[in-house]
Amino acid sequence: MTIALSQFEEVRLDRVSRDFGALNALRDVSLTIKRREFIALLGPSGCGKSTTLNCIAGLLPVTGGAIWLDNSRVDTLRPEERGFGMVFQNYALFPHLNVRQNIGFGLKMRGVPKAEIDRKVDEALGLVRLHGQENKLPGQLSGGQQQRVAIARAIVIEPPLVLMDEPLSNLDAKLRLEMRAEIRRIHNELGATTIYVTHDQDEALSLADRIVVLRDGVVRQVGTPKELYEEPAHLDVADFMGFRNKLRGRVVANESDRIILDVEGAKISGVAREGLSLGSAAYAAIRPDDLEVGEPGSNTLAVKVDTMEYRGREFVGTAHTAGGLDLVFRSHHAVEPGANIHLRAADERVLVFADAIRGRN
Amino acid sequence: MDALAPAPAATLHGPSLRQRFAARGFDAVTLLVVPAAIFSLLLFVYPFAFGFILSFTPKAGGDWLANYRRFFSDAFLYDTIAKTLWLAVPVTLLNLLLAVPIAFRVRLMRHQRLLTTILVLPITLGTVLVAEGLLNYLGPQGWFNRTLMTIGLISEPLKLVHNYWGVFASLVITGFPFTFLLTLSYVTGIDPALEQAGATLGASSWQRFRYIYLPLLMPGFAITFCLSFVQAFSVFPSAVLLGAPAGPTRVISIAAYQAAFEEYDYSMASAVAMIMGFVQLGIVVAVLASRGLFYRGPASGAKG
Repeated sequence: MTIALSQFEEVRLDRVSRDFGALNALRDVSLTIKRREFIALLGPSGCGKSTTLNCIAGLLPVTGGAIWLDNSRVDTLRPEERGFGMVFQNYALFPHLNVRQNIGFGLKMRGVPKAEIDRKVDEALGLVRLHGQENKLPGQLSGGQQQRVAIARAIVIEPPLVLMDEPLSNLDAKLRLEMRAEIRRIHNELGATTIYVTHDQDEALSLADRIVVLRDGVVRQVGTPKELYEEPAHLDVADFMGFRNKLRGRVVANESDRIILDVEGAKISGVAREGLSLGSAAYAAIRPDDLEVGEPGSNTLAVKVDTMEYRGREFVGTAHTAGGLDLVFRSHHAVEPGANIHLRAADERVLVFADAIRGRN
Repeated sequence: MDALAPAPAATLHGPSLRQRFAARGFDAVTLLVVPAAIFSLLLFVYPFAFGFILSFTPKAGGDWLANYRRFFSDAFLYDTIAKTLWLAVPVTLLNLLLAVPIAFRVRLMRHQRLLTTILVLPITLGTVLVAEGLLNYLGPQGWFNRTLMTIGLISEPLKLVHNYWGVFASLVITGFPFTFLLTLSYVTGIDPALEQAGATLGASSWQRFRYIYLPLLMPGFAITFCLSFVQAFSVFPSAVLLGAPAGPTRVISIAAYQAAFEEYDYSMASAVAMIMGFVQLGIVVAVLASRGLFYRGPASGAKG
C-alpha cells in the first residue's frame, strides 16, 4: 500500500474557543486525540460540533486557545498549510472535474508528478471501490458514489487527520448503514485518525472508539461508546443515549448508591449519577426498553396508554401519567389505547440526574 | 381557446386534447407570451426586416449591393468598424477584469446592498450626465489636471477629453456597474464549500481561483462579456461629446447617424446598421461558441 498517512502521536485542542460576535459557539474545548483513534463529535444541531471541526480544519479561525499537532501549533496555519483531509456534508465535489481529477486534485496542487498521482488515485479508487467510474462527472454519480469520491479525495493526500462533517446525512437509510461500515473499514485499512461529526447516536456508537458529547459549545462528556451508553454523566448526555423518559421529581431519600425520588406521589428509586441533596429537584431517566408493563408495586407508575405502534418484534407505546408526564415504553403485547396500566423499571436501570438547568454551565 | 377545450370523444380513449397539448408545454399560460411576441414583432422584427430590405435598395440607384460596396470601399466608412472595436473590446475586457476581483471581495461583505447601490448609480445617471461630468473633471481646467499640476507631477494639462481616452473613461464608468452586477451574480452562485474543499486539499488562494472558480465561471464570463460588449459597441453620445467624432472615435453609429440625418440616405444608413449588427453578432456568436470548451453544468458540489 502506497497511501501512507503522515505519522504523529496526538492532536491536542487546548481550551479552544470560538465566538461569533456575542455568541460563544465554543467555550474552552480541550481534547486529545491519539493516532489511529476514531473520535465522534456528537450533539444536537447548534451544539458546536461542526464549529469544532471547521476550527480544526482551519476554515474558521479560533478566537481563543490553541490546536497542536504533536509539538507544532496548527491553529495559526491556513487550511491549505494544515493538510488535514476533510469530507464535507454535501461532499463539495468539483462539478467540472471527473472522478479521477477530483481525487487527484490535492496531489496536483502539491505538484506531485503525474505518474505518481495516477498510481495513488488508482489505489484510492480501489480502496473506496469505485473502479470503472473514474471518467464520470460528479453529477453522473449516485449519492453513495459521490460520498466515496469525497472520501477518496480526502485520504489520497495522506493527511494526518481525516475530518468528516455529517458525511452520511444526505444518504437514504439503507445506504447510510452501508457507508457507515465502509467508513470504518477504510479507517481501519489505512490506520487513519478520524474525527467524525454527527447528531446520530447510533452512528457515533457504532463507529467511534471514543465519543465527545457537546452541548452549547461545551464538552459534556468524553468516553467510549460503552461508557457513554451505560454511564451518561449528565441528563442531556443520557437524553442522547436513548433515555427518552425523563421524570421530574424530588429527592426523598438518599442511601449510599440508591436514591429515591417522589414522582407525582410514586416512589421511584434509581442510581444517582450526580451529587444530589435531599429535597432537591431531580430527573429519573429511563430507556423505553427498561419499562415493562406489570402489576402495581415498587418502582411503578400508573399511566394511561395513548398510542401503540407495531414495530415487528415488539410494540412501542406512548402513555401519560395523571400529572401529565409523557412516557415511551416497549411491550411484546399490544395494549389497547385508553387502557390504564402500570409501568415498572428495575431500580438499577433508572439513572437519577440533577435538574437539567443546574447541570448546564 | 376552443381548440384547447377537452374533446369528449378523446376522454374515452386516453388523455384529452388539452392534456396532450399541456404535455407538450402548451396550456393557457402559454397565451401570456402573445403580448410579448406582438411587442417584439412590432418593435424589433418588423423594423429589422424593413431595414434589411431597405439596405438593398440604394437611394442613388445602382445594383442591390451598392450600399455595401460603398461602405467597404471607403476607408472613412469601413474604418469605423475597427475604431468601434478598438473602443468596445478593450473597455469590455477592462470592465470584466475590474469586476472579477471586486465581485470576489464583495461576495464576502455584509453590506453588499449599500455597495451595490453606489455602483449602480452610474447606470441611472445616463451617459450624457456622465459625459458632462467628465468634461468638467478631466478637462484642461478640470480639477484632475489642476491637482496633478499643483502637486507638480505634470507641467502641462493632460489631454483626457475630446479624444480616445475620454470616450474610454466614459464607457468604463457607465459599463462597469452592469458588468459588475452580472459578474457578482455568477460569483455568488458558486457553492462556497467548493473553495473550502480546495483549501483543505492544499490549494493556495490563486490555485483555488485558477482551478475551481475560473472553470466554473467561464460560461458566465462569456455571457457577461457579450452583453457588456454589445452595450459598448453601440456607443454614440459619449463618442460625440467626449471624443473626436471626426477622428479616432468616429464609431460606426456616427457613420449611420451621418448617413441618415446629414445625407438623408436611409438606405445607406440601414446598410451601416446591418453591418454594425452583423459585426456584433459575429463576435457574440464566436464568444458563446467558445463556451462549449468549458464545463456548463450546475456549479454546486452535489445533487443536494
